[in-house]
Amino acid sequence: MNEPITGSGLLDVDRLTLHLGKKRILDELSISLWAGHIHAVVGPNGAGKSTLASTIMGLHGYEAYEGDIRFQGASVKGLSTDKRARKGITLAWQEPARFEGLSVKSFISAGAMDKSEEKAEWALDVVGLKPSEYLNRAVDKTLSGGERKRIELASILTMEPSLVMMDEPDSGIDVEALNKIFQAIARLKENGTTVLLITHSRTVLEQADHAFLMCCGRVVEKGDVDKIMNYFGEKCIPCDHKNEPELEAVS
Amino acid sequence: MNNNDTSNNDMIARLYESLGESHVMAPDVAHVEIHGNKVLGLHLVPGLDVQAEELEDGIRAEITVAENTTVEKPVRICFGMLPETGVQKIYMTTRLEDYSSISIVASCTFPNAVDVRHTMEAEIHIGKGAEYAYLERHVHGDAGGVAVIPRAAVYLDEGARFRTDFELIQGRVGHIDMEYEAFCGPRSILEMSARINGTQDDYIAINEKAHLQGEGAHGVLMTNIAVRDNATAKIQNTMAASAPEARGHVDCKEIVQGNATASAIPVVEVKHSRAHVTHEASVGSVDSKQLETLMSRGLNENEATDMIIQGLLTPSY
Repeated sequence: MNEPITGSGLLDVDRLTLHLGKKRILDELSISLWAGHIHAVVGPNGAGKSTLASTIMGLHGYEAYEGDIRFQGASVKGLSTDKRARKGITLAWQEPARFEGLSVKSFISAGAMDKSEEKAEWALDVVGLKPSEYLNRAVDKTLSGGERKRIELASILTMEPSLVMMDEPDSGIDVEALNKIFQAIARLKENGTTVLLITHSRTVLEQADHAFLMCCGRVVEKGDVDKIMNYFGEKCIPCDHKNEPELEAVS
Repeated sequence: MNNNDTSNNDMIARLYESLGESHVMAPDVAHVEIHGNKVLGLHLVPGLDVQAEELEDGIRAEITVAENTTVEKPVRICFGMLPETGVQKIYMTTRLEDYSSISIVASCTFPNAVDVRHTMEAEIHIGKGAEYAYLERHVHGDAGGVAVIPRAAVYLDEGARFRTDFELIQGRVGHIDMEYEAFCGPRSILEMSARINGTQDDYIAINEKAHLQGEGAHGVLMTNIAVRDNATAKIQNTMAASAPEARGHVDCKEIVQGNATASAIPVVEVKHSRAHVTHEASVGSVDSKQLETLMSRGLNENEATDMIIQGLLTPSY
């Protein structure tokens, strides 16, 4: 188990190309994710990491791609976001949405396999939030970004997805809360969920079993986390080639 | 029990049944039931006085809460008309004497309305340090044949507190034209909110004004509206602050779907250099990030939209 394989994974992204306006954001990108493993996509700002997640999730504006995305062996091309979610794919946003008037309990239960209050309480416990203090609060501006991030993760825990993509899971999070998020990620893995972490943080990258390095919409390196971490640290911070992938790395 | 009592009790039961509630209440809960121009039931508790006069096409009522009285349990008032057609005019004066406190939960039910007109002219005086919470919930039928036209003037004395919440989210709105105006004395606190769900060709007009006239007066006007199909919503909320340390906020959110139209005009007037008023208004379709978040949990677009609207129309207290 040295590198993520290409092809026949839980999710296979095959020569994915996406333009937003006239700009090519994803450029014949191919990756595969192993079932039950934690993967990370690392790369500088503008590399296309979040776009990759949005495209896999089928969000509005990200549907017109070339290449293919196969989940459990079947193409998801043409499937709406909710249909992809019902197949077991979901996404945790870098900055989760606010929902005026919608209770934490309703939000967590919205996509839950088990919609009981006990399950929602369990999920809040896992992410380190006291159910008695949060269950009946609204998912609105009275919650901090970090609290909403943990509540979103709680909703994903109850959804029991096959694949969860987490966009910058440490963004706006303090150290204590980040540890809870890492524990929740470990819990997802224990339950067989495949995780794709999108990050440019070394701390987050350390949670992964395998990693991909993205630059300019391409995967320029993949495999062992230490190897990717070293490459990222040496070549990408700061980026000395103005977001143009080095040819030898691409090759 | 004579025949008249039996008839009244039956009607009271039918009114509450149309609200999905039981008419049986504990003895320490004050309640008033009005159908058309008839007072069907009246049960009071110490410190609370209600004088009601039956008019040709409605009711004139005076509600008084005695000084230093705290009415412990929320008072229930049920207005309604069960026939398909008719007029109900309510003239109501409410007076909270100094340092009194009361909470009223008013339900207005017009389940069969085809051509019903319900108007209210209310005057509310809240004495020094008194606290008044008035929650008004409307339940209408599916025909949309009711016109609701409430007018209210609210006067808050020093340190008084008034919170009102108007909810019309069950059944068709029909036509609603609401005008409330509040005058806020020193260190008083005003919170007025309305939550209305309009469909088909419903018409919603809200015009609320708050005058923060006393030093340190605080006020919030909040309106959350959802309209779809061919419904129309026109909201104008005005917050005027003319005293030092007066603080106000106007907040209007409207979700528009289908061929519905909505407008929101928050008006802010500040006439003192140490007063401060803010406003926030959003009118448009369902927020795409909210929608996609719920869809990424497996809800389809309609389910996600309904959930977002349900949240918008949920009370914040």
